[in-house]
Amino acid sequence: MMLKLDQSHLDQIRQHGARDYPSECCGILLGRADAKDKEVREVVPLKNLRHDSARAQALLPLDDPGRETERNRFLIDPMEQLRVEKDARARSLDVVGYYHSHPDHPARPSNYDREHAWPWYSYVIVSVQKGEPKDLTSWVLTDGRERFDPEQVDALNL
Amino acid sequence: MAVKVIIPSPLQQFTNSEETVDLEASTVGEALSQLAARYEGLRARLFTEAGKLRPFVNVYLNEEDVRFLEKDATPLHKDDVLAIVPTIAGGF
Repeated sequence: MMLKLDQSHLDQIRQHGARDYPSECCGILLGRADAKDKEVREVVPLKNLRHDSARAQALLPLDDPGRETERNRFLIDPMEQLRVEKDARARSLDVVGYYHSHPDHPARPSNYDREHAWPWYSYVIVSVQKGEPKDLTSWVLTDGRERFDPEQVDALNL
Repeated sequence: MAVKVIIPSPLQQFTNSEETVDLEASTVGEALSQLAARYEGLRARLFTEAGKLRPFVNVYLNEEDVRFLEKDATPLHKDDVLAIVPTIAGGF
């Protein structure tokens, strides 16, 4: 599989990462998928629900809320996700993946990322170092959930 | 009651690529059990071995999380839309 995006989509993801630094940012990738590739048509930035710690904790409890915050955790509000997904389907688009940032941390999925991921979706990670967006990578969880496989990111200059 | 269930992309491989499934059920629990009975591959993705809904699976009835309604006992009405919404989370 390959993830195809426009350069403007990559810029949007990087800029969101820089804007929300030192917190993690997150968002949804809408597009179309076939057996071979995914093609992104829209990037939808969303709020990291970890900023609303009471609500986030009710939805997905953290083991150590003292150490785990919006700076090293993200959670998408399922209500917003559903709203974006319904709106996308009405326009014949699918949710093909999600993105989030790793502030001052490499663009590699962590164990926590893997434990919370779903197969099939693309998980784009942008590393933001001292406020500057750097590496951007994409990953797909294997069906058996053993690991994330790297996914080729193909930027089209449109 | 005739209701519709929205299936997210990662689970469509278990529903013969169907994005929505039409069911007859009177409660949320009944609808989910029927779904698991109809698509065996879906059962393990939705439920634990003890038969409880997995923690990373959210179920919305129209615009509301069924956990904050009456959970499995939440009654369904004609043309209700149930949505399975995967929890999306991560970090480092």
